[in-house]
Amino acid sequence: MSQPIIEVRGLSKCYRLGAIGTTSLREEFHRAWDRFRGRAHPDSHDFWALRDVSFDINAGEVVGIIGRNGAGKSTLLKILSRITEPTSGSARLRGRVASLLEVGTGFHPELTGRENVFLNGAILGMTRAEVRAKFDEIVAFAEVDKFIDTPVKRYSSGMYVRLAFAVAAHLEPEILIVDEVLAVGDAQFQRKCLGKMESVAQRDGRSIIFVSHNIDAIFRLCSSCLWLDAGRVASLGRTAQVATAYLAAGAETQSLRPIADRSRDARLRLRAKFTAVQPPGMSGPASILPFGQPVRFVCVVAVAQPVRDLSLAVAVFSSGGVEIASARLAVAPQVDTPPGQYEIVVTLPEIRLNVQRFTCNVGLASDGGEEDFVDNAATFDVSSSTLSAEQHADTIPAPIVPRAEFTLRRLP
Amino acid sequence: MNPGAPEIVIQPTRGWRFVAWRDLHAYRDLLWLLVWRDFATRYKQTILGPLWHVFQPLATALVFTVVFSIVTGLQTDELPPSLFYLCGLLAWNYFTQTFNSTSSTLVANAGLFGKVYFPRLIVPLASVASNVISFLIQLASFFAILAIYRASHPLVTAGPRWSAIILLPLVLVQLAAFSLGVGLWLAALTAKFRDFTVLAGFLIQLWLYVTPVILPLAKVPPRWHLYVALNPVTMPVECFRYLLLGTGWIHVPLIIASIVSTLIALVTGVLVFQRVEKTFVDVV
Repeated sequence: MSQPIIEVRGLSKCYRLGAIGTTSLREEFHRAWDRFRGRAHPDSHDFWALRDVSFDINAGEVVGIIGRNGAGKSTLLKILSRITEPTSGSARLRGRVASLLEVGTGFHPELTGRENVFLNGAILGMTRAEVRAKFDEIVAFAEVDKFIDTPVKRYSSGMYVRLAFAVAAHLEPEILIVDEVLAVGDAQFQRKCLGKMESVAQRDGRSIIFVSHNIDAIFRLCSSCLWLDAGRVASLGRTAQVATAYLAAGAETQSLRPIADRSRDARLRLRAKFTAVQPPGMSGPASILPFGQPVRFVCVVAVAQPVRDLSLAVAVFSSGGVEIASARLAVAPQVDTPPGQYEIVVTLPEIRLNVQRFTCNVGLASDGGEEDFVDNAATFDVSSSTLSAEQHADTIPAPIVPRAEFTLRRLP
Repeated sequence: MNPGAPEIVIQPTRGWRFVAWRDLHAYRDLLWLLVWRDFATRYKQTILGPLWHVFQPLATALVFTVVFSIVTGLQTDELPPSLFYLCGLLAWNYFTQTFNSTSSTLVANAGLFGKVYFPRLIVPLASVASNVISFLIQLASFFAILAIYRASHPLVTAGPRWSAIILLPLVLVQLAAFSLGVGLWLAALTAKFRDFTVLAGFLIQLWLYVTPVILPLAKVPPRWHLYVALNPVTMPVECFRYLLLGTGWIHVPLIIASIVSTLIALVTGVLVFQRVEKTFVDVV
């Protein structure tokens, strides 16, 4: 086992910004002509999604890849999955590779569950004989045995996702590449998938490369961690060290999510408008709120014309899309708010959110009606890092875990 | 770690690359599943189902008969016009259907190609194969119509040359190779420039008129034969008519020219497709 199963050396990937899909034939000819004459085309639009990335992964290792949006995580996975080629550098993969960048790739809605299992298996690189051998196990894992001969267009989205994940989970590659696919599906199913991946890694000694914004999943699953920052390797090592450093680095940076440019309903007055929202938590790249910490939003509001009776509303949604908490605050009752930039900090001390992913909507109103409303303004995860062993909140599906008190006495 | 496992080296490809046969072989099951999927899903929620394969050429042949034979009075090689058109359309439809499905390979499957690796060539190859199935249905319906026609018109002697019919699959292979070749060219070009989608549609329309589907080749003045030979679909169409109806204008140098241009189209098509395919998810 001296040789690493994955060897990545100096991997770089360059995208031509602005040029993507918008080149005209004329521009292309121009470029080709310059290349022909040996003149490099002056290109200020080059964007290096990955720059000189090198690392090794040994057989049986589970490596998490973390980094903020745009750090190059997905590009790295795409190159390792052979979906696109690197611009320079190389990667050696010693073994069969299966990648799961999306759940249900190639599923055809008109085909039955059974037919899709075979089709999807073949797309992922299994032979028909392999799928046949695994078929019963796949169906049992997905819990869809009653509907296996029903077209998948009649499936609920949960069944669809379960079946799709089940096929991929039963591939037997030496190297499994998994992107943020667990974001879909309910908490219970996510747990089941994580469990399956754990067993694949531990029992079968296969290597897994795993990208997730869910820091908890990374902590639980990954022995080591690769932290990408702006296309370069920021750190590589034991998960505990790398992920903690990553969270700490995130806490230093402001993470106001600009939302001024989001599309909005035409009926909104927009005299007062949100320009940015900061979701609760360690204002880091992935917005992690430690379990039990107060839920706090920072909203930046631009007022263009004086508005009277300014009020703000925040609503929190569970990952299932259910509104679980909503607060309406009279920010400036009975007075005019003059034009300018304002920061409004909203704290919801009374709700304790469970270890899940949440999204929020924000709205502004005045005496004239609705001023602004942004759906899905920010997303954040609650992390179990502060969860004490006896709380077991992460095994409860409920999105809110209330502080509860009890008394116990023996009745005569 | 499995010592026999293949080592995959990922690095930028320099220059051109032809077919990775071993890779294609490893994914052969996918090829057949895609063929089957095409066939199984194409006619879901339709009433006529696969009968559309029969209905469409019949309707076209009928329109051609009315417009070009009855109204315009074009000659059709001493053949009953409907049989003449039907036979030409048999070859022509295979060409256009394969061309259409292979030329949209990259753009139509961008979502799939962006998420999972398999040899991209599998998809156009599956189109070629699944169109053979619709071709066979059309061929069977052609024979049925021919039999009915001969039973009701005792004077008509047109019929297959049974001694040479064994060559029909070879002609079909040439037609498949050519449609795949041009289809791959178009697929590669449309991945970058959508202009070619528009071009492809109207190219096919014009192409019909330089192919002897409506006019028999024998009616074309000999000094134009060189130009006719430049169209590699010409000879397959005439060969079809020769093999299935016994009349047709067969000229060996033209057949050779047609085969050579088919090979050129196929090889360059594969090369260009492979070159575009490796990074096309970045530009699509």
